[in-house]
This record gives sequence, C-alpha cells and structure tokens, in this order.
Amino acid sequence: MIFMEIGKYYAPETLEEAYNLFVESKDNKIIGGGAWVKISLKRVEKLISLDQLKLDYIQENNAYYEIGAMTNLRSVETNENIKLIYSGILNQAISNIMGVQIRNLATIGGSIMGKFAFSDLIGVLLVMDAKLEFYKLGEISIYEFLDLKKIPEDILLNIKIPKRDSKGYFKKVSKTHLDFSIINIAISKGKNFIIAVGSRPGIAQSAINTANYLNSQTNFTEEILDKACDIAIDELTFGSNLRASKEYRELLVRTYIKRGIRQVIK
Amino acid sequence: MKVVNNKVHSVDGLGIMKGRKAYTDDFAEKDSLIIKVLRSPHPFAKIKKIDDQEAKKLTGVEMVLTYKDFKRIPFTRAGQGYPEPSPHDKFVLDEYVRYIGDEVLAVVGSSDEICRKALDLIKVEYEVLEPILDFEQAIDNQVIIHPEPEIHEMFDIGFKPKRNIAAAYEMNVGDVEKSLAACDYVIRETFYTQAQAHVMLEPHTVNARMDYQNRICIYSATQTPFHVRRIISQGLEIPLSKIRVIKPRVGGGFGGKQAIHGEMLVAFVTYKTGKPAKIVYTRKEVFESSYTRHPMRLEMALGADKNGKLKAIDAKVLSDTGAYGEHALTVFMVTGSKVLPLYNKVDSVRFVGDVVYTNHTPAGAFRGYGAIQGNFALESAIDILCVKMGVDPIKFRQENMMKENETSPIFAIMGEGTAGTAMNMDTCKLEECVERGLKLIDWQSKYPRIETEDKIKSVGMAIAMQGSGIPYIDMGAATIKLNDDGFYNLMVGATEIGQGSDTVLTQIAAEELMTSVDKVVIYSSDTDLTPFDVGAYASSTTYVSGNAVLRAAKELKSRMVEEAARILETKIENIDFDGKRFLNINDKKEISLIDFSNQITYSHEQKQLQVTSSYVGHKSPPPFMAGFVEIDIDKETYEVEIINYVSVVDCGTTINPMLAKGQVDGAIVQGLGMAFYEDVQYSKTGKLISSDMLNYKIPTRLDIKNLTTVFVDSYEESGPFGAKSVGEIGIDTPPAALANAVYNALGIRITKLPITPEKIYQEMRKKNEK
Amino acid sequence: MKINLNINGVSKAFLIQENEYLLEVLRRNDYTSVKRGCDNTSCGVCTVLFDGKPIPSCSMLAIRCEGHEITTVEGIEKEAEKLANYFGELGADQCGYCNPSMALTVYSLKKENKHATDEEIKAYLVGNLCRCTGYVAQHQAIKKYLGDES
Ligand SMILES: Cc1cc2nc3c(=O)[nH]c(=O)nc-3n(C[C@H](O)[C@H](O)[C@H](O)COP(=O)(O)OP(=O)(O)OC[C@H]3O[C@@H](n4cnc5c(N)ncnc54)[C@H](O)[C@@H]3O)c2cc1C
Ligand code: FES
Ligand code: FES
Repeated sequence: MIFMEIGKYYAPETLEEAYNLFVESKDNKIIGGGAWVKISLKRVEKLISLDQLKLDYIQENNAYYEIGAMTNLRSVETNENIKLIYSGILNQAISNIMGVQIRNLATIGGSIMGKFAFSDLIGVLLVMDAKLEFYKLGEISIYEFLDLKKIPEDILLNIKIPKRDSKGYFKKVSKTHLDFSIINIAISKGKNFIIAVGSRPGIAQSAINTANYLNSQTNFTEEILDKACDIAIDELTFGSNLRASKEYRELLVRTYIKRGIRQVIK
Repeated sequence: MKVVNNKVHSVDGLGIMKGRKAYTDDFAEKDSLIIKVLRSPHPFAKIKKIDDQEAKKLTGVEMVLTYKDFKRIPFTRAGQGYPEPSPHDKFVLDEYVRYIGDEVLAVVGSSDEICRKALDLIKVEYEVLEPILDFEQAIDNQVIIHPEPEIHEMFDIGFKPKRNIAAAYEMNVGDVEKSLAACDYVIRETFYTQAQAHVMLEPHTVNARMDYQNRICIYSATQTPFHVRRIISQGLEIPLSKIRVIKPRVGGGFGGKQAIHGEMLVAFVTYKTGKPAKIVYTRKEVFESSYTRHPMRLEMALGADKNGKLKAIDAKVLSDTGAYGEHALTVFMVTGSKVLPLYNKVDSVRFVGDVVYTNHTPAGAFRGYGAIQGNFALESAIDILCVKMGVDPIKFRQENMMKENETSPIFAIMGEGTAGTAMNMDTCKLEECVERGLKLIDWQSKYPRIETEDKIKSVGMAIAMQGSGIPYIDMGAATIKLNDDGFYNLMVGATEIGQGSDTVLTQIAAEELMTSVDKVVIYSSDTDLTPFDVGAYASSTTYVSGNAVLRAAKELKSRMVEEAARILETKIENIDFDGKRFLNINDKKEISLIDFSNQITYSHEQKQLQVTSSYVGHKSPPPFMAGFVEIDIDKETYEVEIINYVSVVDCGTTINPMLAKGQVDGAIVQGLGMAFYEDVQYSKTGKLISSDMLNYKIPTRLDIKNLTTVFVDSYEESGPFGAKSVGEIGIDTPPAALANAVYNALGIRITKLPITPEKIYQEMRKKNEK
Repeated sequence: MKINLNINGVSKAFLIQENEYLLEVLRRNDYTSVKRGCDNTSCGVCTVLFDGKPIPSCSMLAIRCEGHEITTVEGIEKEAEKLANYFGELGADQCGYCNPSMALTVYSLKKENKHATDEEIKAYLVGNLCRCTGYVAQHQAIKKYLGDES
C-alpha cells in the first residue's frame, strides 16, 4: 500500500542544503521518523530526510540535557540519565506511546514539529521548561513555539531540557494502552509548580493561573486543592470528541491534578 | 486416551512461526492484476454517470468495471448452506450504492499505484438519496433501501423489502402476557449492543489464476471454500466444475470470513482476462466495507413469582443488518435460541422482532452469532430482577437454570432459519461451572463489593450456552488414506482459520488409528482435493467434522483389518491391531503396519486403502459456561480495571486442552472488547469514524491482567471422544458479567454497550442528582 | 531506482520506487513472513528488526534502509524455533498471523532485557496485537523462552 506520493527523495549532507530544499516550496516536506508523515500527507514534491545530519544524539552539559531532533523516542525513553530528572516523567510519557516498534521509528523532533493535539510529550516538555533550537530561528522556548500561529518553516535541531531539581508527575488516561490520550496531565515542582494539560482535546496548554495560585500557598489542604482545580477548569478550555465529552475530561483533570500535586509535594 | 485430551503441539505452529509461506497473499502470482474498488462517499445514492475515459487511457489500466459489466443476478454473500436463509439482495456491482464504503466500480491495473491514479481520474455523478441511519426508524420509512424488483428470499424468512425488513420472526411458548400479568415481580428494560468489528489481523484477501486445464484457481482467505465456489458459480455463471477454491492458512476469521468479499471481482477479472488478479482489502475497507456484528435493541421483560421461580421471558428484538441482509434471520434467531433455553423452567417465552435494513455497513456472522447480544440482555435482566425481588442472583440462577437431562421446548421450535430439533441436555454441567467459578473468583468475600479509600472492587457474573453445529444442515466429510511406510493422509473440507481444527482433527484420527500425531498428515481445504464441508462456522468443526474424521478412521481401520486377515490367513475377528502391528491371536503370527502398508502398496494384491466418511448432526449439544469478572473501579473517575476473568466451561472432552483454553481465552478477550473497549462511531452523515485501528481499539496485552480458564469433566456421548464445541461460547458472558459487576459496585445499570467509564460517570451523575 | 539492502546478513540490490515502504519491497521480493495488518503503525505484524531494533516496516521508507541491517524472522530461525516450541507447549498458537512479528520482537526483548518482569514483557510487546489468543498463553510461552538458557 503506497500512501504518500513522493516527487523525489533527498537526504542532504548539510543543514544549509536541507533548509534550502525545504523552503523552496510549500510542497516540500521534512521527514523525521516518518510515521506521521506517512498517514497524514497525500503528496510531497521533495521529501527531505535529515538522516545524514547527525541529529541523533543525547548529550549533557552543566545546564542542559540536549536531545538531537532525530533521536528516536525509544532512545530518549531508555536513556538512564533522562530517567533521573523530573521523576522520570519524560521517560514515562514516551513509554506510554504505542509500542516499541513505533517508538524506534518516531523522532522527538517530529513529535514536536507535528504539534499534535493529542501529544503526550508536549505537556511534559512544557513543565520541564524545554527550549527548542532551530536552524534559522535560533533558540525559543516551547511556550513560544506553541504560541506561534504557524509551525515555523525551519529545521528543528535539538531540544534542551534545563537541569533543575524538580519532581514530576505524569498521567495519561486512555481507553486501551495503544490509544491516544483522553487527557494527559503533567506537573513539575521545583521552586515553583508548572502544570500542563494536553489532549483536551486541543494541544497541551499550561495552567498558569493554577500554578501561580499554588505557588502562593504553603499548606495544601483539600480546599486549596479544590480551588486550584476550579482555577484550572476555568483557565483551560475543554471540548468533546469521539474519545470523551468535555464534562468527563473536566472530571479527569480535577482528579489527576489533585493526585499529581499530592504526589509532587510528598 | 493417548492423543486426545493430551498435550499435543499444534501441527503447524513451527512453520508458521518461521514465516513459511502459508497465507493467501503469500501465494499471489507476482504479476497479478491489482483490483481496487471505488467506494461510495454517500450513504445512499443512485449512480447517474460514470466518466472513466481518462482512467482507461492510463498505461497499465486493464479495465474499469461498473454495474453495466455484470448480468443482474441477485445473490447473497453470506456463505451459508443452500438454499440460504439470507435474502438474495446483492449484485456484484449495482446502480445503487447503499452505504458509505459500498462498491461503486472497480479499477483493474498493473499496480496499486496505477489503480489509485486511475481512481483519481474517474468522475462519478450521483443522485444523492435520503438515507436511513437510525435503525429504529427503518420500518415503514418512506425511504426504501431495496426497491429493486429482482431481489428475493429463498424460502420464507419474513423478507419485506418494501418495509425495509430483511427478515422477521416470532416464537411463542405459552402466553407471555398472561404469565407476566400473574407474576409477583416483573421487570422491563431495553438494551442496546453495538456493531462490533472482527479485526482479524489478516485483511480479506483473494487471488486467482487460470490453470493449465483452463480452470480458474482461486486462493481465498475464507471460512467457507465450498460455499465460495458455489456462490461464484451462481453469481458469475461459471460452471462449478471450472472453479477450484483453495483455502490456505487464514489469519483469523471470527465469522468475518464466512461471507465472500473480494472473490466475485477477482474471479470475474481472471476469468475474463485469463490473467492472474488479486485483491487485498485495506484496513479501512475491512472496517468500512466488509461487515460487522448486528447492532441490536433488545426489549426484555421478565416475570417471577414470590417463591423465586422465573415464570416468563419476553424478548422483543430489533436488529440492524445494514445495507444488505447477510445472516439477518439466522443471527437474529440465535439471539433467542442459544440464550433463552438457559432458563428452561418458565411457563412462557416469547421471542419476536424484525431485522431491518439501514444505510450502514452491512452486518454478518461474528463469533457468538447473536448469542452475545441476547446474553447481555437476558443476563443483565436476571440481575435486575433479582435486585427487585431482593434475592441472591446466584441462588436464583441455580434454581432456575438448565440442568443435566432437562430440555427446553425452544430447541424444537427454533433452528437457524428453519424449525429446530428437540433434544435433551445429555451433558450440562452448568451447576458445577457456577460452583467452581464462585470459588475461583472468591465470590463470597468480594460480592457485591469491597470499598477502599480510592477504589471499589466488585464482581459480576453471567451464564451462557451455545451450540455444536446446525443439526440436519451442517455436513462435514473426511478422507483418510493409508500410505506405504504406514502413515496416513487426512483430507478435510473443514476449514482451519486459526482455531486449531487441523490439529484437533489430526488428534481425533490419530487416537482412533492408535498412532501418533506426526503419522497423520492433514490437508484442509481445497474444493478439488478435499471432501465437502460447510466450513468453519456455527461451532461445528470439532463436533461435526470431528465426527466425520472419527467415522473415516474407524472405517479405514476395519478395511485395514480385513486386509490383514487376508494376509495373515485368518478371520477378521482374530486380528488384533494395536496401531503398529496386526496380530493373529491364534497362531501369534504378526505383520507390522509398515510391512503391511508396503506390501499392499507394492508387492501383493496391491490396492489403495482410502475411505471417505461424512457426518450430519442430529442434535447440537450446547456447551455451557459460567463467566465471572472481578473489577476495580476508581471512585472518582470511574475508570475500570479488569482484574480477572474466570471462565468455567463445559465443552465435553477437550480434544486439545491447551487449544481449547486458547479458544476460550481469545473469545473472552473479544467479549471484553465488545463489553468495554470497542466503540463504534458513525458521523451524522453516516460515515464510520472508527474505521481504522487508531480509532477502533481492541484490547492489548497490557489491558488483560489475568484470565482463569478451566474446564469441568464432561463427556458428550454423541461427540467425537466426548467433545462438544468450544469456539464461540467464550465470547457470550463478558458484557453481562461486566454490567452486573458495575451494578454491584455502584448501583447503576449500564444498558448500552460498550460500558465506558464515561457512561458510568454519566449514570452516576444522574443517580446523584436524584 | 536501485538500492542495496542488507537483509538477514545478505546484501542484495533491489529495484524500488522512492515512495515504497519496506514492507512492500520485502513482500514483493518473497520475504512473505512479514505481514500486512493495519496499514498505519497500529498492529505490529509488519515488524522487522532495523539494526537489531523492532520497527514497523509498513511505515519505514525502503530508501532509508540502505546501509542498515534488516532482519526478518528467517534471519533468526533458531530463535523462532525455540519460541515456536514454547508456543506449542502452552497452546499459544492460533491463526499465527502475528507470530513471526512476535518472534522478532521477543528476540529483541531478550537481547535488551533478558530478565524482564511480567509488566516489562507486556509493555515491550504491547505494540504486537493479537486478536486470537487473549494473550495469556503467549505471555507464558514468552516467559519460558526468555528463561531458556540454551
Ligand atoms: C499510530 C500512531 C499513534 C500515535 N500515538 C501517539 C500517542 O498516543 N501519543 C503521542 O504523544 N504521540 C503519538 N503518536 C505520534 C508519534 O509519537 C510521533 O510524534 C509522530 O509519529 C511524529 O514523529 P515522526 O518522527 O514520525 O515525525 P514525522 O512523521 O517524520 O514528522 C512529523 C512532522 O514534523 C516535521 N518534522 C519532523 N522532524 C522535523 C525537524 N527536525 N524539523 C522540522 N520539522 C520536522 C515533519 O515535516 C512533519 O510535518 C502516534 C503516531 C502514530 C503514527
Ligand atoms: S501493518 Fe505495520 S503496524 Fe500494522
Ligand atoms: S494468533 Fe491470530 S492474531 Fe495472533
């Protein structure tokens, strides 16, 4: 079964070459792992693979973990150092995406550039305050990336995760273990709380007011947690789709934000 | 017994695991023409104009087939015995399209890509018609889905196309209204079940070529090769003798491959062009354009007296057969006939209703075949009644359910499409099934619920029955041949589709011939080479085909003993055969089987020893089971975790205990899929949204925590070595057991499948508002 | 166009189209042990090992496989035989359509994590759907295979 039509396939050896090919035409596309490209595109004029650009790596320095955009999800998931940060929520979130086969294929770069509404990763990257480095655009935060109206016509090079001493919580609710999220919730707590909710069914969104409210509290009583959930429901938007109704999503968010907070303040 | 009821490895597992060529598409000719079907974007429309000029000009396009290329011969794709109890309401291609995904035309080209390009170039103009998308609005709707004059029923099945009724049925034992009126307790409830998809992992696949005798040889992933041959012959007017259908290994069927799907187009193209051709359904086609389980509405009324006796069962059922009426009547009847006899002590039973046409994907055969729908309704209703009466649902069942040596008048009244066959339950270990299940799930300590801080644990259960073939209709035959060196060939028409029948039938032959499994080489099924068999459906293979194999083995044995007596110069009664040698008990002279077979093949009074025997059942002894589920429900989100499913099954002797367990395990998980995960979603315009595996979710190995499957001792005299069937029974109980467990946990009743956490939440909201 | 693929240790030239997926190329060239199930990365029956790691061949462009090692079940015949034996012992065989892909994935698990726990086994294999068996017998067989020291 051939799905997408390809005019021509390129595997350039330099970023400049890749970039030039890409911006030449709207009909030219970059391929990461290609899992999503395959089922979402009908025709591509020039398909540009980043295979030759050595973007498949995980490194660290004093301030950051840096993950090359072409690193496949499975390599991130099994990286022992990444398991240690934020209570291992990046690892957890990835390990809940489909099976190992697709995780050996799909890349972290493609997972971000797809800006998938159902993404389990983006919420986690939000609460980790991750930075994205693009070839032309330079470094922007994941927040800025999500705020952009359009996905930038640029090549994502890597993702930087700041080293912080934070705890993390991640929860994906789905029908079967191979399904998209009905909702996913990520929380981190270092000095401050960061909370993100994805698959609302819209793309992950940070609950800033909720986090601010929690940051101003010292004693997390049931009432405070309830109030925090009220704020979250109020500031985030939820909708219905084939996986769940708005109401049920809200119930899940209330429940798991509370459980998450309890866990990260332990 | 040495081979039967013993641990025996499947006869084909090693080769399959190693990836040897086995499945239909593995045998497609390399240069096969590819057939791609243009599928209707409208739920109901008349084709006004087809412009295929551009497509036909494309290099590599062999032909474009439209309804104009076919003689108008109505047939049914159902894949049943003849005359079929399904209406002949389908044409290979028609001027009308009746659901989104229906066949508009077919493109035949040298590659997939060329076909797809050709499809893009074809323009079809439709007159879009008002569809019927709600099956409860179908009867006497002003829209008529099948107005064409040629369509017909083969015998009275209640077919009234002008009223959108594909089949109708009514059965009465006693006077239900009267009985209900006299009852101390009456409950009424309406249940809905969804159009579950089979999701066998191998898509529907067919390929064909003309052989050197100028006959058409078709490989098909089918459950019914002999029916396929007949239907192709009738539908395309190709002489039966010119068609050979080979069923190679099949990658799962579950009823979905009982009907014919791509066969007509492939056969037509190859017959017409003389070139090999093939079709492999895309997964979307499997979902959207093959068929589903019949969705149903079941209105139940039960009545009991104050002594705890169930007195009356009333079931009014509406079934949705979609655009075509495959299995419309028979699935509907099984909803009654393989469910209602469970409670055989009632004064009266009514089972009545219609099967209606709608503009949805057609429904057809699916493991359980109506019984799972009926079971969900009846076994939920029994628990509802018990709540109303304030009695224990286990005790109530124990008092009112079928027991050994009892019967039900329903057996005589209801068959499959015809009248039934009266029979006694010579084996029915239902009581023991319930007893053992209670212990295995630890009912006593968990019923109705255990509440902890954030979870509620609860249990629920249901009982079920099925059948073993269709009496006087299902025929199976087997041929066994003795070879030199003393091994046998077993040729059966029975169709291995993954259920393990090749192994089980081999075991039956080996047991009777007192040899080992490796000395019996099975071949199934090939319309040229193997004897007739109706195919793999109605839980018939072990019982019906197994009996045929047993007969053949017995007959061959006596033929061998006859010949041995001649060789050893004695009377037949003096021969002792132990599977390895023939002994003259008088003079102690003996001849080994190997020497015997070599002699009879090569050296002295040579002849081929081979027999063919057939079997038609005179009854259909039901297997029984009790299913128990243990669940944990999250008190805040109502997410449900299925902790364990206990199945205690009476299927007579398990010919192969491991494979029998596999049948039950697999069916339980499919039943849990229907009960809990497999949501079928249509858009407002009638498009199936859950038409790929991203959106239609079958259970994964992480969702299945534990299955406890055991068998009770049971020996059915009429079955081969005491066996009944086991292929379908497992699927029936999960929906009701789960619904009952949810009730036991939370006091709410879900009446519409699947039972999702979201539905539980909505019901809890309603309950809390009250 | 022509590319070189290394399949089961043998390097050969294959004629492909740029938009063809590995599954298509393999099946066309008689590696029919690799099955098609879902067309969209959801079922696992098209699994092959790509440099030793399981991937869905239905979604890997063939052209990207040049210079990598592809393994189908024919390339791990001894291991497949062992697993088949445990499948036979525990009655885990049904239609078998998922079996070759299962053998490859289990083999890869054995290399990565021989002492995997029950949950780890299930998590590793969750992408290998099976509609027939209900998974329990498969799981038991796989555990035995992982414990096999031979
Ligand atoms: C069946 C299926 C189920 C899935 N389920 C889930 C799930 O439950 N949860 C979840 O979070 N995710 C899920 N995903 C998404 C998956 O995890 C990946 O995120 C997705 O496949 C994209 O990764 P890829 O490498 O395949 O990207 P591709 O398909 O190659 O690309 C995706 C997009 O990103 C662009 N792109 C890729 N790399 C770059 C780059 N370096 N620079 C610029 N642009 C780039 C491409 O042009 C394309 O537009 C699922 C995917 C599939 C196919
Ligand atoms: S065919 Fe590749 S995952 Fe299903
Ligand atoms: S055995 Fe049939 S899909 Fe696994």
